[in-house]
Amino acid sequence: MMKGTINPVSNILIKGGRVLASGGTTEGDVLIAGGRIEAIGGEQRADGADVIQAAGLWVVPGLVDIHCHLREPGFEHKEDIASGVAAAAKGGFTTVCCMANTNPVNDNAVVTEFIKRRAEEAGPVRVLPVAAVTKGLMGEELTEMGELREVGAVAVSDDGKSVRNAQRMRLALSYAKCFGLVVISHPEDEDLVDGGLMNEGYWSTALGLPGTTRAAEETIIARDCMLAALENARLHVAHVSTAGGAEIIRQAKRAGAPVTCETAPHYLYATDEWAQGYDANTKVNPPLRTVGDRDALIEALKDGTIDCIATDHAPHHLDDKNVEYALAASGISGFETAFSICWTVLVKSGRFTPEQLFDKLSLSPARVLGIDAPALEVGSRADITIIDPEAEWTVDPSKFLSRGKNTPFAGRTLSGEVKRTIAGGVVVYRGE
Amino acid sequence: MLSSKHMLGLRNTSTGEIQEILDTAELMKIVITSNNKKTPHLQGRSIMTVFYENSTRTRLSFELACKYMSGTASNMAASSSSVAKGESLIDTARTLDVMGTDIMILRHPMSGAPHIMARNVNAAVINAGDGTNEHPTQALLDMYTMREKLGGIKGLRVAIVGDIRHSRVARSNVYGLTKMGASVVAAGPPTLLPPEMEALGCSLTDRVDDAIRGADVVMGLRIQLERQKKGLFPSMREYHRYFGLTEERMALARDGALVMHPGPVNRGVEISTEVADSKESVINEQVTNGVAVRMALLFMLTRQRTEVDL
Repeated sequence: MMKGTINPVSNILIKGGRVLASGGTTEGDVLIAGGRIEAIGGEQRADGADVIQAAGLWVVPGLVDIHCHLREPGFEHKEDIASGVAAAAKGGFTTVCCMANTNPVNDNAVVTEFIKRRAEEAGPVRVLPVAAVTKGLMGEELTEMGELREVGAVAVSDDGKSVRNAQRMRLALSYAKCFGLVVISHPEDEDLVDGGLMNEGYWSTALGLPGTTRAAEETIIARDCMLAALENARLHVAHVSTAGGAEIIRQAKRAGAPVTCETAPHYLYATDEWAQGYDANTKVNPPLRTVGDRDALIEALKDGTIDCIATDHAPHHLDDKNVEYALAASGISGFETAFSICWTVLVKSGRFTPEQLFDKLSLSPARVLGIDAPALEVGSRADITIIDPEAEWTVDPSKFLSRGKNTPFAGRTLSGEVKRTIAGGVVVYRGE
Repeated sequence: MLSSKHMLGLRNTSTGEIQEILDTAELMKIVITSNNKKTPHLQGRSIMTVFYENSTRTRLSFELACKYMSGTASNMAASSSSVAKGESLIDTARTLDVMGTDIMILRHPMSGAPHIMARNVNAAVINAGDGTNEHPTQALLDMYTMREKLGGIKGLRVAIVGDIRHSRVARSNVYGLTKMGASVVAAGPPTLLPPEMEALGCSLTDRVDDAIRGADVVMGLRIQLERQKKGLFPSMREYHRYFGLTEERMALARDGALVMHPGPVNRGVEISTEVADSKESVINEQVTNGVAVRMALLFMLTRQRTEVDL
C-alpha cells in the first residue's frame, strides 16, 4: 500500500467555500468520497466525514506545475522526491512535472521508472517526469522517446541548456511529434551568455557583474518557433523572461505555429535591481530582468501569449549559494512562494480575477502538456487546493519544507496563502 | 568619520567621506616623504592583505601603509594557501578573522567577493579590487593626485580611455569623480564599453579624440591580451592606432593636462612610451599617493572601529 494512503481515505466535506467548479464559480460545499468528488454545491451532509470549514476561502482545482527540479536521483542534498513533493503540496500543487537534469540524467526508461516509483512512495501528489531530448543532455543523440513515453514521460526537455545544434532541435521536434510528446525548449544561447551572471543593463554595469543580454534568450526562442512551425510540431518554451521573447511568441502564435510558453513567478515580481549586495539567492537562469520586462510579461500573460505559470522550482543547498556570485548555483526554491507571489502581483493588484489566475496555474499548464487537468466536477479525482485570499504572511525560508532554502523573497510579505492541499482525496498539506 | 565599517566601493561612499579621506591623506603624505616614516596610528592593530590575484602596487602599498603606522601587516596569497586546496572564501575569511585581524584587505577576481566577506567576519573589510566592480582606493589615489596637481576636482573634465567594460578602476573613478563635481567621459571601442554606463553619471563615446579634446586629465586603462583573443578587438596594433593614448591625440587635451594610468602599463598598446614618460605624466606620483591614501583609510577605519566597539 502506498505511503500517502496508509491512513484509510475518509470522506472529506469542505463547507461553505467559494468553489471554482468546472461549470462556474459557486458558493457551497464539496463532498469527497473514495478519493473522488462526490458532490458540489449547496449544503452537503456526510456522517463521519472530516469537515473543513472553508467560509471565506477559495476552493480550487489542484495547482499544476509543469516545470520543477526534484533533484533525485543524484542531488539528494539539494532535494529529494519526498521533500520536493511535500514542498509542492505546501505550495498548493497536486501535480508536478520534474525536469531531466538529474544524475544520472533522466534519458532512459529505467530512470523514469525510478522517479515514478519514488513518487508513489512519497504519496498521492502526481509526479510526472519530463525526459531528456538528447542522451546525457549533450545535444547530440536523441533519447528513446517512444519507450520513455510508454513508461510515463509526459514531455521531453534538455532544460538547463538549449539543444545547441539547430538541426538536432529540428529532428527532435519532428521525432517527438510521432509519440505525441511536446518538446520543451530552454532558450539560451551559450555563446551570447558568455559568462553572464545577471541581466545585462544598468545594474550589471553598476554592480560590475558580467551581464547576459536578452538576445541570448530571444534568438533561441525565435529559432525554435521557426523550427516548430517548419515541422508543425509542438514546442513549449520554458521560463520566458523578456519582453522581446514574449513578443516573438506572440507573433509566432499569430502566424499559427504550434507554440506555447510559460513564465515563472519570480519574473513577475523580482527585478535585476535585487542583485545589489551580491546575494546569490537572486541568481537564477534566465536572470531577473527589468521592470519593463516584468510589466510586459504580465501583459503577455493577460493576453494569452504566455499560456501558464510554472515555478522552475530549483532547490539548492546553502553551500551552493553561500559563495561568490560567480561561483553560486543558479535557481530559486519556488514551490512554497509561487502561488502567493502570483496572487500578490496579479490578483491583489486587480490585474487578474482569481479565476484567470487559477487557469494559469492549473487548467492551462495541464492543457499545454496534454495531461489530465484537475477539475472540480462530480466524479473527478479529488485534487483540490484551498486558499485564504485575505491572509498575509512573511516568507521565512527556515520554514520551507523543501531542502532548498534558496529564495530572494525572504522577509517579503505576500498576500494569499494555501491552507489545505488535497491530492487524490487525501489531505497532503494542512496549513495553520 | 566614515558611515560604514567597511570600504567596499565608492558607489555608496558620500562626497563628505571622500573629502575627509583625501584631507587625511595629505597629512599622511608628509609622513611618507619625511625621513621618519613612523607614526603610532596603527600600534597594536593587525591588518591582513588577502590576495586572490597577483598585484605589485596595491598589496605592497597597503602593507607599507600599515607598517609606516606601526601596525602588524600580514599577507595571504591564495595561490600558496589552503584556497589552493579548495577552501571556500567564507571559510578562509573566518579563519583569518579569528586570528585577531582588525582589517582585511581583499583582492578577488569576482565582483562582490568583499561584500560577501564583510557579511561573514568581524574585521573591517577593504575592497582592494573585486572583479569588474570597484577598486575604491585606486580611485581615491587618482582623485588625490588630481587635487594635488590641479588644485581641486570640481569642474575638471576627466577622460578615461580603454577597456571600460572590464575596469573596476573606471567604475570607482566614475562614482568618485562625479560625486566630487568633475565631469567624466569614458571612451573606448564599443565592444569594451558597458551598457547603460551613462546612468552612472558619465558620458560615453567610441571616439577617443572627442573624449580627450579639452580634457584636464586623461587616464589610460590597461588592455588585457586575452580580450583580443575573445574577439573584442582585432589586434593590439589596431587598438593602439584608433584608441591608444598617443602624442598626437594628447595634443587635443588642455595644455598641461595630466596623464594618468593605474598600472601596470602596456607600452605601445593603450599608451605610447612617449606619453607615459612625458612631463605631464603623473603615473609614478600616483603610486606614492596610493600609500598616503591607504594610510588615511586604515587610520580612519581603525579609529572608527574603536569608537564603534567601545
